[in-house]
Amino acid sequence: MTALIRAEGLVKTYRSGEVDVPAVRGISFAIDEKSFVVFVGPSGSGKSTVLNMIGCLDHPTGGKLTVMGTDVSTLNRRSAADFRGRHIGFVFQDFNLIPVLTVYENIEYPLIMVQDWPEKKRREQIGRLLDAVGMSAQANKRPDQISGGQKQRVAVARALATNSDLVLADEPTANLDHDTAYRIIDLMKKMRNEFGTTFVFSTHDPKIMGEAEIIFTLEDGRLQQEQHRANHQEPAHA
Amino acid sequence: MLNVLKIALRNLARFHRRTLLTSTLITLGIVAVLLFIATAGSFKGMMIGQFTDAILGHLEIHRRGYVASIDNLPLNLNIQPTMVGKIEDVLGKLDGVEAYSERVKFGAMFSNFTETTSVRVNGIDPQREAATTPLMPGRITEGSKDNLLAKSGDILIPTLLARGLKLKVGDTVVLVATNRDGSVNGRTFIVSGVMEAVSGPSGRDAYIRIDDARNLLRMTQPEVSEIAVRLKNPAKIDEMRDRLASQVGALVGQAAAPGPAKKASGTPGGLEVHTWAALSPFSNIANMIDLLTLFIKVMLVSIVLISILNVMVMAVYERIREIGTIAAIGTPPQRILSLFLTEGLLLGCGGVVLGVAISLAAVYVLNVWKITFNFGMQQGLVLSPSLSARDVMIIAGLVVLMALLASLQPAWKASRMDPVKALGHV
Repeated sequence: MTALIRAEGLVKTYRSGEVDVPAVRGISFAIDEKSFVVFVGPSGSGKSTVLNMIGCLDHPTGGKLTVMGTDVSTLNRRSAADFRGRHIGFVFQDFNLIPVLTVYENIEYPLIMVQDWPEKKRREQIGRLLDAVGMSAQANKRPDQISGGQKQRVAVARALATNSDLVLADEPTANLDHDTAYRIIDLMKKMRNEFGTTFVFSTHDPKIMGEAEIIFTLEDGRLQQEQHRANHQEPAHA
Repeated sequence: MLNVLKIALRNLARFHRRTLLTSTLITLGIVAVLLFIATAGSFKGMMIGQFTDAILGHLEIHRRGYVASIDNLPLNLNIQPTMVGKIEDVLGKLDGVEAYSERVKFGAMFSNFTETTSVRVNGIDPQREAATTPLMPGRITEGSKDNLLAKSGDILIPTLLARGLKLKVGDTVVLVATNRDGSVNGRTFIVSGVMEAVSGPSGRDAYIRIDDARNLLRMTQPEVSEIAVRLKNPAKIDEMRDRLASQVGALVGQAAAPGPAKKASGTPGGLEVHTWAALSPFSNIANMIDLLTLFIKVMLVSIVLISILNVMVMAVYERIREIGTIAAIGTPPQRILSLFLTEGLLLGCGGVVLGVAISLAAVYVLNVWKITFNFGMQQGLVLSPSLSARDVMIIAGLVVLMALLASLQPAWKASRMDPVKALGHV
């Protein structure tokens, strides 16, 4: 299997006044295509920073990071946006749906604003995704009319709308109750199986992390453990 | 672009209260300015019309130096008959001239046999004067308006003089004038009408027939002091002044006309062509109205600029997380820029459409309502506000441009926002 993401000695240091604050201290890892990967660790361990760098939202200060063969540390603002638009979908902890747009329009947003899809093609894609995430009946509802779990389903659909190769989800279950969190993780896995998309997410919930196939454990910006669960069983509640 | 427009419209709709408030502010600003332009323009046009159509004509031709000493009404600066004939030929052939009237002007002593005062006498051809200044008969308050200076020996006197000397139509008066050679001549006249001045009870202009004026002044030749010209299209007054100056200049052997001056064009041969504005102090009031209009326009621009800037700054501030989200999902910075610019532009365009529509409706209502006002001695002048397409286009263009400029800074800020910081904004 080809490595979709490869990090070698990845470093990220923030400047806070006169002090350098290291967030990621030279970690190396590789993530293959169609993987279902989680970064775990306590708050401040560097999970979000790693995801931001993979998602071209932030630049490494050292080391090398390639995503789909592209050295993302060399991308400027415009090409980084273009790269994200073509290859990467995002799922946020707070869902970040646009409150006045309907479920349908929220999924449509990247297809209009990022990729300029024609209407017929948009309609087909959104219909397919709504079916896949089980939100067809709520297509015309606004975010304030649906539950947290449903919002995250919409967010997953939006992340997949542009046929992303990679979906990054930073703490996607943090604002959900336990059962709903499991269902979202199951949904993400189902989407991985259906669309062949690589999912990388972060969590500090030990139960949720057990659903991943590869677990990277971070602590204080260092990679403490890399665990592959090749014989992972589908959860009983799926 | 259509998609950006659609999203921008949705964004404006979601903050409908703020959108409504800003649009209303812009609309009110546009309505205020356009109504001011329409009414002030109407007032100005009417006042200018009073001066040009009742006294001055649009253009006047004089011997060089005559206007500089116009208070003395110098008889030695009259235009000689040969030149008058040539000027008549030019005026007859010049496209755009509707009518012209020759005048002999002089100062005289005016007496009712018991009291004496000074007057400025205008010797005119009644028919030609009425064609050149068609509102002149309307100024007659006593006597016939239809049969202006019908007989030799008739005189039209100003209201102030009639009141002061207790004169009425049919009374006999005496005019005594000093001729060019210094001799004095007098003649009796019959008051055939009393007329009001355009600008109030200050006029001292009396009117007699031009032949009577020449007799009184013992002129051996039909000289004239000035030739007043009425144009078919007063809007082309500067162009006509220059054309006339050029052709009149050619008459005295100087083919080249001088470059266009602001209010007067002189001809090297000793003739001058003036617009009404150079001869009337009302031109300063007209200039003040133009200045006021400019100030109002500047105020509107400021209102639009500040309101849209305020709305767009707030829109960016309130939507930082949303900007972070759309940037994170790959929306190109230039598209975020165009989204916010489009929102500002739509606010401006909405205000413009509404403002122009309300202004046109208000102008229509004002015209139906027929508001009257008084100006000097003129009573019941009907205000007829109108808006030219040019005025509307300028104001609309200005507002749209300002809307775009006001949106530029917030839009730029939104497009340059760091997605990570924006997503972390609380």
